Amino acid sequence: MSELWPLFLRATFVENMPLSFFLGLCTFLALSRRPETAMGLGLAMILVLGVTVPLNKIVYDAVLAAGAWGWAGLPEIDLSYLSLIAFIGVIAATVQLIEMLTDRYLPAVHAAFGVFLPLLTVQCAILAGSLFMVERQYSLAESAVFGLGAGTGFAIAVVMLSAVRSRLAYADLPAGLRGLGITFIFTGLLSLGFASFALMAAE
Amino acid sequence: MTARTPLWPILTDPLLRQNPVTLQILGICSALAVTTSLATAITMCVSLTVVVTLAAGLISTIRRHIPDSIRLIVQIVIIASLVIVIDQVLQAYFAEISRTLSIFVALITTNCLVLGRTESFARHNAPLPAMTDAFGNGLGYSLILVIIGGLRELFGQGQLLGRQVLPLAEEGGWFTPLSLMLLAPSAFFMLGGLVWAIRSIRPEQAEVPEHMPPRAEPAE
Repeated sequence: MSELWPLFLRATFVENMPLSFFLGLCTFLALSRRPETAMGLGLAMILVLGVTVPLNKIVYDAVLAAGAWGWAGLPEIDLSYLSLIAFIGVIAATVQLIEMLTDRYLPAVHAAFGVFLPLLTVQCAILAGSLFMVERQYSLAESAVFGLGAGTGFAIAVVMLSAVRSRLAYADLPAGLRGLGITFIFTGLLSLGFASFALMAAE
Repeated sequence: MTARTPLWPILTDPLLRQNPVTLQILGICSALAVTTSLATAITMCVSLTVVVTLAAGLISTIRRHIPDSIRLIVQIVIIASLVIVIDQVLQAYFAEISRTLSIFVALITTNCLVLGRTESFARHNAPLPAMTDAFGNGLGYSLILVIIGGLRELFGQGQLLGRQVLPLAEEGGWFTPLSLMLLAPSAFFMLGGLVWAIRSIRPEQAEVPEHMPPRAEPAE
């Protein structure tokens, strides 16, 4: 337990997906115009990352990792090069399943997710969560915490950005800077702020 | 000859007028993460261009046989297979660069640029225009990456492609490296500036303001 909380904080702030690793930026920028949509997106991210990362960990250990087929007398088989396709498959299936379940049992939540849930299948941050999990060799509990933390970090960042953007609509900017340009520059400022968390963690 | 003329605009449009990164906000995720040095940026550009061109060609060849309901899965599987091949090639022949790129080559799979082109263009067009369009978009993406990667390496370390261009102050020169250039925020600033520059050259790309300030009353 004592090691999981720092991991959660680390995944949320220090290794913030969009601001430190540039992951999931397409949705991050496209869907941050209004705080309401950003909230929906953030919630969907927490849920999907929290579920798929530990799930992919189980799949990886059971099927893909080197020596996973040892029990069947095939210890030399290493399927880890297939992890990309396997992870994408797991993510697509999970997203579909979550969508069907929430549609059936929690229609209010389903309405809050809106169109974002299906989009998350091809979101870099989600896939990156699973790939980082393999690269850093997290245990099952660690990967669940890491997934939740990464999702929370994304949600915080996207809600912050959307709050500022809804204000920026009233600013009188040079024509070329309007919209995307100023959003990038503001994201840079946010990212500068989050970089200071990395300094704090280093101390 | 008549068949060849429309290909040229398809190829050149994505460079500036329809640039995938700065106008359509596609594929930014990977675009920024790999631009700390020019060499990794170029590797990424080549990998992405190869993947997107081949994927567009393959998907457009079988476009009449893909059922509409499962087309996303089919496209992703094709893209993922291509990416695995590229990843293995990089690991085999360019181990050093492959390590710096870490998971970002694998993330080409979910790069919105690739899926966006196959979904919006390759699905409706013959293989040749589809591949041309994909190649053009790959080039447009590469253009942005090379500019940002080059600037970041030049000002962050005073180097280009690992060769010292600006003499460092520590070694008797005049240049002090800006370490901010190697951090994440500078990439955002630079891309923002680049968007601004492109939209100043081509004002038709500027976004319509969401909110018009109330017109000032003429002073009486």
